[in-house]
Amino acid sequence: MRITLTGEAIKDELIRRVVELSGQNLGACYQCGRCSAGCPVVEDMDIVPSEVIRLLQLGQLEPVLRSQTIWICASCLQCASRCPKGVEFSSICDALRAIVLRQRLSEPKVDADEVTPAMVSDAPQMGVVGALRKLNG
Amino acid sequence: MKIPYYPGCTLHERARDFDMSAKESAKALGFELDEMPIWTCCGAVFPLVTDSVMDILAPVRNLSYASRMGDKVVTLCSFCYHVLKRANKVMREDPEKQEKANLFLRADTERRESIESFTGEDYTGQVDVLHYIEFLRDVVGYDEVKNRVKQNLGDLRVAPYYGCMLLRPAKELEFDDPEQPTIFEGLLEAMGCDVVDFPMKTECCGGFQIVNDEEIAISCSRTVVGSAVKRDADIIVTTCPLCQYNLDRKQEEMAERVQGFRKLPVVYFTQLLGVALGIDEKYLDFTDNYVDPRPVLAARCAVREG
Amino acid sequence: MESRIGVFVCHCGSNIAGVVDTKRVAEELSGYPGVVYSTDYTYMCSDPGQNLVKEAIKEHDLTGVIVAACSPTLHEATFRKAATNAGMNPYRVEIANIREQCSWVHQGEKDRATEKAIRVIRSMVEKAKLDESLDPISVPMTHRALVVGGGVAGIQAALDIANAGYEVILVEKSPSIGGHMAQLSETFPTLDCSQCILTPKMVEASQHPRIRLLTYSEIDEVSGYVGNFKVKIKKRTPYVNRDVCTGCGLCSEKCPSKTPSEFEEGLAMRKAIYTPFPQAVPNKPVLDAEHCLYFQKGKCGICQKICPVDAIDYEMKDEFVEEEVGAIVVATGYDLYPIANIGEYGGGEIPDVVDSLQFERLLSASGPTGGEVRRPSNGEVPKEVVFLTCVGSRDPEMHLPYCSKVCCMYLTKHAMLYKHNVHDGQAYLFYMDVRTAGKGYEEFYQRASEEDDVLYVRGKVSKIFEEDGKVYVWGVDTLTGKKVEIAADMVVLGLGMVPSAGARELANKLKIHTDAGGFLSEAHPKLRPVESLAPGFFLAGAAQGPKDIPEAVAQASGAASKVAALFAEQEYHREPVIAVIDEDTCAGCRVCVSVCPYDAAEFDDEKQIARIQEAICEGCGACIAACPSGSAQQRNLTDNQIYRMVTAALED
Repeated sequence: MRITLTGEAIKDELIRRVVELSGQNLGACYQCGRCSAGCPVVEDMDIVPSEVIRLLQLGQLEPVLRSQTIWICASCLQCASRCPKGVEFSSICDALRAIVLRQRLSEPKVDADEVTPAMVSDAPQMGVVGALRKLNG
Repeated sequence: MKIPYYPGCTLHERARDFDMSAKESAKALGFELDEMPIWTCCGAVFPLVTDSVMDILAPVRNLSYASRMGDKVVTLCSFCYHVLKRANKVMREDPEKQEKANLFLRADTERRESIESFTGEDYTGQVDVLHYIEFLRDVVGYDEVKNRVKQNLGDLRVAPYYGCMLLRPAKELEFDDPEQPTIFEGLLEAMGCDVVDFPMKTECCGGFQIVNDEEIAISCSRTVVGSAVKRDADIIVTTCPLCQYNLDRKQEEMAERVQGFRKLPVVYFTQLLGVALGIDEKYLDFTDNYVDPRPVLAARCAVREG
Repeated sequence: MESRIGVFVCHCGSNIAGVVDTKRVAEELSGYPGVVYSTDYTYMCSDPGQNLVKEAIKEHDLTGVIVAACSPTLHEATFRKAATNAGMNPYRVEIANIREQCSWVHQGEKDRATEKAIRVIRSMVEKAKLDESLDPISVPMTHRALVVGGGVAGIQAALDIANAGYEVILVEKSPSIGGHMAQLSETFPTLDCSQCILTPKMVEASQHPRIRLLTYSEIDEVSGYVGNFKVKIKKRTPYVNRDVCTGCGLCSEKCPSKTPSEFEEGLAMRKAIYTPFPQAVPNKPVLDAEHCLYFQKGKCGICQKICPVDAIDYEMKDEFVEEEVGAIVVATGYDLYPIANIGEYGGGEIPDVVDSLQFERLLSASGPTGGEVRRPSNGEVPKEVVFLTCVGSRDPEMHLPYCSKVCCMYLTKHAMLYKHNVHDGQAYLFYMDVRTAGKGYEEFYQRASEEDDVLYVRGKVSKIFEEDGKVYVWGVDTLTGKKVEIAADMVVLGLGMVPSAGARELANKLKIHTDAGGFLSEAHPKLRPVESLAPGFFLAGAAQGPKDIPEAVAQASGAASKVAALFAEQEYHREPVIAVIDEDTCAGCRVCVSVCPYDAAEFDDEKQIARIQEAICEGCGACIAACPSGSAQQRNLTDNQIYRMVTAALED
């Protein structure tokens, strides 16, 4: 397995858009992995949070946009709260979701049509609203 | 004493027991939750992207309505608190977003004209957002709560579950220490309970993932409940309808997945507060709780069962 | 006196000559009023270049010398020395900076650079015309040193200064010298027993004829200036007459009152009357009144009754002594960053989560467990032990922004020693980067994983909590991209280094600089690491920044050599280019007294005028700028000189 590193890929426009949208400095991350260590839903993720940032640092946006990770994040903010460098992975995740949803790069994770009345009547509506806003845009 | 109150959509629907028990407890403590005449859903989540004004319009509009009633607004739901307080900060500190949001508010004339004493003033962060428990600690005082306790809670072991949205981001919300908070403990001690410190009290219950992929949330919630069980808690208290749902309602699924899973009742803190203040059970409404708290309440503190 | 100025224009190879037409400059200046000799040369700072100056001084009877070259910070001293050798007062030599301030910044505009160089030199000529011959100021000096802090750095500095032939007063606030090094079990990378290598130095310091040891003492006040400090030292009373006490230890044995031992980092108790550890120097007990039943409740008094030589005296009071010293070495050491600040690791409330100094005590043969590693909670042998680096360090967001330098090495040492003690145990070490830059350090680290099977896991732990009698560690292995969970028996935290408690207050008392982290600031980060900017103050050890023992010792010897160099002269010599007040025109308004940052300006009540103390003034110019009557002037930089310099520079 090999990836080719190029200045062009690292400075990719869409990666810069992720930086802009999230307001986070990818270079500040020194890959300590604490975000991954404390994430409550990390075990369900295919790429752990610190790896997502690593891939972005290396200019590898594609696998990140295709990952399940960004749809599994519960926005609990524990990663941002414990990061020794003040990098908010939660914001980077939001930015990645925003890019996928705004550019319609894939189907929304939570289909509005699938939200059944049964689901709504059982689950608190704040959960439905929250899920649709974060995962469907 | 009246305090403007923002319930949030869920407290009027799936979490009526939270709303009612909070209102009645307030009365017993000498103040009134003065519900805002007009409000909408707060939006449930706060946008973490830097370019969004639209995503904060809902909370901003609510804050603008609240500003008609006074300079404070109290809320109960963790998510509402989080969203309102953070949107408030944006309005106070980001002049560009403040201007754009006010353009929208100014155009929203039809709704605004239907509000009494509409002054047409822009919203610039005039309102302070408080959580009910902050109000209890700082305005009513925990000592006053202690004085008004009518029901001895015996040696009921209570585990306060904070969840995420009240505490983080700590530097912005300034609600309590994000790793070792104590605000709930203070209230529970004033109520006369034994407080149980458990390691997962600030870890996520899974939140809205319960709607997307419920296994994820069930796993998170199971960790939380399991942690409280290990510390010999009798009951967990929450301040968020989503946490309540995940931790309580989903215990059916948790029991299915783990052999020997010990169920633990989960209630809103205001329900327990109501018990301590001797409020009639019809206002506390334990019928919606999946794991019935009444047996343990009866056993530990001589509260009528059923 | 007629001005006879010599101008020497340096080419500095092509640094200056490549931009400035040095030949033309020298020619232009030769015709300038007051200049009797003007030449150019390739490298003025070289021996031939300097000889040019010396010869010209003699041949042309020069009254002043201008060397137009690089910044004066580089070679002003060089040419002043050359002038002195040729019989000219060194303060008549001026440097015209035509490199950093001319050729280096105007490389694209040669004509204008040349023009500027001429103007710069002309203005320096005007200055030199009015320069006076000055002599360095000499002040008498006390050839005695004060060392604050009795850890390994303080001890080393005291020994070196004493061996150089000077008296030393060594002040230490705890009852014994030795500092943190005395608490360590073994030192890396040799795994020498720490006390075995330290105690000989401790004993040497206590027995040295020129070292006076004041333990259980603190600095109360410092006044004066380099060569002439007055220090007030508070000697806390031990309530024990040390001349009579034999150190038999009966008092401690019988004392009924216990309190957590500072030396054992809270893992064991000590008595109210106690000696901190068996090898303490001096080996005499002190009575801690705060925890003594007699002082707190008026009861007991057993120690006094039982002492066979009647050494205990409850009436003793703290004593204040005043000493005169010429130099002060500050070696106050470090403390660990407080675990209470890190809630996600338990905030200090989980018994089986210990800090590095506590673990040293567990490893130590003279410690609370006799050198056997045991869980503090239940005394059992821990089979799974986790070591964490970077606890609090490298965390600009929430804790310490800097790296504490020694933790990678000492945790590696801890892991190895744990494995030597518990052969079937498993050691995990969480790291971000392993920093092992010293001599033998890398090899030491490799031994840990190759020979002692320590598992190094690259990742930062997020949470530590207790459950089911174990300590759960939630970490991550970033190299495989997986969260890891360990149900540990014990966790050792590599907490960062901070300056020791009270260091900042002491620095304020001494009026020496500290950095943002509270560590003492060195005069220059690269070239002057063992002295403060404040003259007469020297730094040694971890008080200046996180470091290991060899560095602390090296720094201590370095500081000692600076002290010895200072003391090598009979008197202390200072630069004379300082402020002076014209007594005839001074109105006594006292503005200078209020603006002086060095307290050098003083008011003479009798004459009702201000005066500058020559020994203290640093020549900063604040009083000169503030003086409303112009009475305060700087020697060789008077307002008149400046006016003429500006005029010459701007004239066509």
